[in-house]
Amino acid sequence: MFRNVAELVELAQSKNKPISEIMIEQEMDFRGSTREDVYNQMKNNLVVMEQAVERGINEDVKSHSGLTGGDAVLLQNYMKSGNSLSGHTMLDAVSKAIATNEVNAAMGTICATPTAGSAGVVPGTLFAIREKVNPTEEQMVRYLFTSGAFGFVVANNASISGAAGGCQAEVGSATGMAAAAIVELMGGTPEQSSHAFAIALKNMLGLVCDPVAGLVEVPCVKRNAMGASNALVAADMSLAGITSRIPCDEVIDAMYKIGQTMPSALRETAQGGLAATPTGRELEAKIFGVSLDRK
Amino acid sequence: MKFRSVFDIIGPVMIGPSSSHTAGAARIGRVARHLFGREPKSITVSLYGSFARTYKGHGTDVALIGGVLDFDTYDERIVNALTIAKEKKIKVRFTEEDAITDHPNTARIHLSDEKGELELVGISIGGGKIEVIELNGFALGLSGNSPAILVVHNDRFGAIAGVSNTLAKHEINIGHMNVSRKEKGKEALMTIEVDQNIPQIVLDEVESLPNIIQVAKISD
Repeated sequence: MFRNVAELVELAQSKNKPISEIMIEQEMDFRGSTREDVYNQMKNNLVVMEQAVERGINEDVKSHSGLTGGDAVLLQNYMKSGNSLSGHTMLDAVSKAIATNEVNAAMGTICATPTAGSAGVVPGTLFAIREKVNPTEEQMVRYLFTSGAFGFVVANNASISGAAGGCQAEVGSATGMAAAAIVELMGGTPEQSSHAFAIALKNMLGLVCDPVAGLVEVPCVKRNAMGASNALVAADMSLAGITSRIPCDEVIDAMYKIGQTMPSALRETAQGGLAATPTGRELEAKIFGVSLDRK
Repeated sequence: MKFRSVFDIIGPVMIGPSSSHTAGAARIGRVARHLFGREPKSITVSLYGSFARTYKGHGTDVALIGGVLDFDTYDERIVNALTIAKEKKIKVRFTEEDAITDHPNTARIHLSDEKGELELVGISIGGGKIEVIELNGFALGLSGNSPAILVVHNDRFGAIAGVSNTLAKHEINIGHMNVSRKEKGKEALMTIEVDQNIPQIVLDEVESLPNIIQVAKISD
């Protein structure tokens, strides 16, 4: 059983196994079930993720509030022009992250990774990388176990709840998880995964949870988009040999402490940040007929 | 460790939009339903903290009621749970509380019908994971660090032995156990923390034992 990233990396190194394998073995041990059971449950999650992505990039998804929907399609169409500056894989990841969160906002079916509000980053990056490197099904399922291993450490040592730790705990965690998993899929070492996680999360520290009208829509959908791009860049940096000066576990600890000192208005209460802007309040009043801050 | 399974992180599969405010809320409602053991005639929910502030936007209300109607986190009927409850002539009432609670996502659920009532306080701690912290006025005092079940039973000799024997038979070790009752010979409550995840089949077996009224898994 690993309690932090350092132990996770050391376990993987000493057993000469990938991080995904350490997570699979721990899950088998915890459940007392077979590899096949654990693998298949994760495969089912992968199927749900793919369906959400496909729905989001192909259908005209609209949330009940009308605040979000349709952006994944816009981006897919733009990519076809061939003029994008950030490149195909990057925008594909971004659009598929958006797709997932648009489906989520429309009360569609998704798989939380690690939460619903941050459900876009991990599948968004995965299904974009699929186009690029054509991984096997097993590699894709392993991607989710590697993401899960890092998320597991964050959830136990810090938080994955926006109400407790702000958006850094949700999209921040998801971004780190995706970065670490990309590294393993692309053939990097467990240590490089931990650096990718650290680099990604460092650049999400302090991010507040300030959803307009309390809905998981604005700015959540676009924060998943930027999280996906952040994850790809952090993974590339780590694969290039760049290391994080601050060890991964200390970055996670810093995230936790920042979350604890964050005012309640910025932790999923729709009382501060973007939710409290004039336009945020106006949208809120339009949706509910009355602004929440009058309560 | 509060999170023990990789599927707490990659999962659950759920209806959006929020794992804590929608999926977690559905799970709190469902635990209440399982402990109550039947469909209630009346549901009163008090919401605290972030739940109270943002429940409409997150579908927390439909999810809680969906849970009480025994819908799982991925059940698409959750979206229409309030309408379904209305069709079933179940009385539903929500109140927003200003009191400060230890956890920002706290809900108190009161279920009742002509045969009885139940009150439960649940918190949603992130990623769809929940804890039940109070049942019928009993503070449960669970660590949240181990899988746990609640067993409502008749205060009779042999009830506790039956449950522990069943767990032993399935090689499940009890780490902590608490028994509380309000009155001798009436309804009582076992709170059991164990070292291993308890499969549904074992829960069903426990529930079929003499003098056992209800069993519910409150964390895994």
